[in-house]
Amino acid sequence: MMKDNSYAAIMARKNEIIRNSVGMDYESFEKPGIGFDYEAMMAATGYTLPELQRVQALFSVGNTPLIELRNLTTLARKCAPAGKGARIFIKDEATNPSGSFKARRSCTSVYQAKKLGYKGVVTATSGNYGAAVACHAAMAGLKCIVVQECYDSRGVGQPEIIEKARKCEALGAEVVQLTVGPELFSTVLRLLEETGYFNASLYTPFGIAGVETLGYEIAQQFRAKFDRDPDVVVCTNAGGGNLTGTARGLRKADCHAKVIGASVNLTGLHMASDAQFNKKSFTTGHTGFGVPFCVNPDRSDVPRSAARPLRYMDRYVTVSQGSVFFITETLASLEGLEKGPAGNTALAAAFRLAQEMDEDQCIVVQETEYTGAGKHINPQLSFARQNGIDIHFGDPKDEIPGKNIVLPAHPSLIRVDDVDLDRVRRSNIKNAVGTHKDELTDDDIRYLVEETNSNEEFVRSVIAGL
Amino acid sequence: MAKKGDWVQIHNIVLTPEERSSALPEDTKSHPLEMWVKGYLQQDEAQVGDEVEVITRTGRHATGKLVNEAPYFEHNFGFLIPEVLKIGDMVREITFGGNE
Repeated sequence: MMKDNSYAAIMARKNEIIRNSVGMDYESFEKPGIGFDYEAMMAATGYTLPELQRVQALFSVGNTPLIELRNLTTLARKCAPAGKGARIFIKDEATNPSGSFKARRSCTSVYQAKKLGYKGVVTATSGNYGAAVACHAAMAGLKCIVVQECYDSRGVGQPEIIEKARKCEALGAEVVQLTVGPELFSTVLRLLEETGYFNASLYTPFGIAGVETLGYEIAQQFRAKFDRDPDVVVCTNAGGGNLTGTARGLRKADCHAKVIGASVNLTGLHMASDAQFNKKSFTTGHTGFGVPFCVNPDRSDVPRSAARPLRYMDRYVTVSQGSVFFITETLASLEGLEKGPAGNTALAAAFRLAQEMDEDQCIVVQETEYTGAGKHINPQLSFARQNGIDIHFGDPKDEIPGKNIVLPAHPSLIRVDDVDLDRVRRSNIKNAVGTHKDELTDDDIRYLVEETNSNEEFVRSVIAGL
Repeated sequence: MAKKGDWVQIHNIVLTPEERSSALPEDTKSHPLEMWVKGYLQQDEAQVGDEVEVITRTGRHATGKLVNEAPYFEHNFGFLIPEVLKIGDMVREITFGGNE
């Protein structure tokens, strides 16, 4: 008998499909009340950090260069008050096979899929992760399907996403392209069911544990070179996996650098809007993912996301699209490093944050991404101009996402805006408590304290106000 | 005209506007959810607009309307954005003091 493949019928089979395609029983981590055992879920990967390093070495992933950006530091100091301007470093993750830190995330998933005997992998992503999964599936001899949200209703595709489709196909993957809409998830479920492949979701513990090696490496490299720890590590933040994994890795190295998240400010643009899809110049690393995934991490394609950025963020800042484009060109012009713009979100933030820090301090940007046709400052600005976005030099504070891109008239105009983390924490708690009727137990409170990286007094005061 | 075994692109409506999620903005909900897939054509002959079957790179059988007989990528590095040159000149001038 043919299976009912209507949207409602597929979504009704969601739990069963996920269980079969991840090989992990998420129910077993649930606790009475509102929480679940996050650390037990992370431990369920069965891989220790040294084992993850060995798996990644099999795929030639990791041990990427840590580069000091001396000229960019000079420029930051010219914009900073006397004595200010920390040394800026960047972890050149673009040198991973497939061209981004996502390689760390995918190779553990692909390795696990191979180990469990799956014949292929499916992943839902419009980003670098697709290329990473395609790359490692190719190495492991597995088949690979990448599902992308790519086009608007006119059939116009984001150049950045089309480039990733090309790269995935070049690496032997099948690319399924969709128009705008969160129902992409049902297509992924249908494909998982049809093929019996592994769900190489971005948000399983395998993916996030894979990023722990990145944080760990930063601490090790820094200590080997400078005999000290960095003061600040900045992570571009979208779904939260980058920041979560990096921060966990830093902690495993007993490194106490402050962890700061940075997103491109796309406030005002609706992520599920067809008409606004091609009005944005960043398809990831932006607040449209960054903020909702902090408020509710469990909005992905697995029941409990292993990416829980609010647990690890010391500070969360936003930067404008124009500032990221500006810093991307600056990285090429001053450092000879031509990289993709989205990965430079944290760099734009670090350029400003360094100016708040003393000269003897060190700030690390923990990724770069590959660049090429489509995903490069020039085609992305071209595409914006074609879509009626006004591009001009000025003050980034005047940028209105979807209307204009303001390139800073001077590098000193690059600024960061702080996201009110207590507000995010309140929303997170409100969301976690949701429709839960019973009185919250001490375990529930402890869970919320951990989820929000806050304290009992704060959590109780928020709950009292609900 | 595409022949059996040719690499083609097909198109499908996954969800009609009526079938789409209720939680969508109106400008999205008023359009269908569309899907494009590429594969090797299974019919002896077909042309754009025909309902066809393909076998994808992973060996899946998929059906849909033929929309592209030999799909290829056209994305590029865009046209000249003079502002990009100005950024490079500006930061070099501030950092190194220009061409002196």
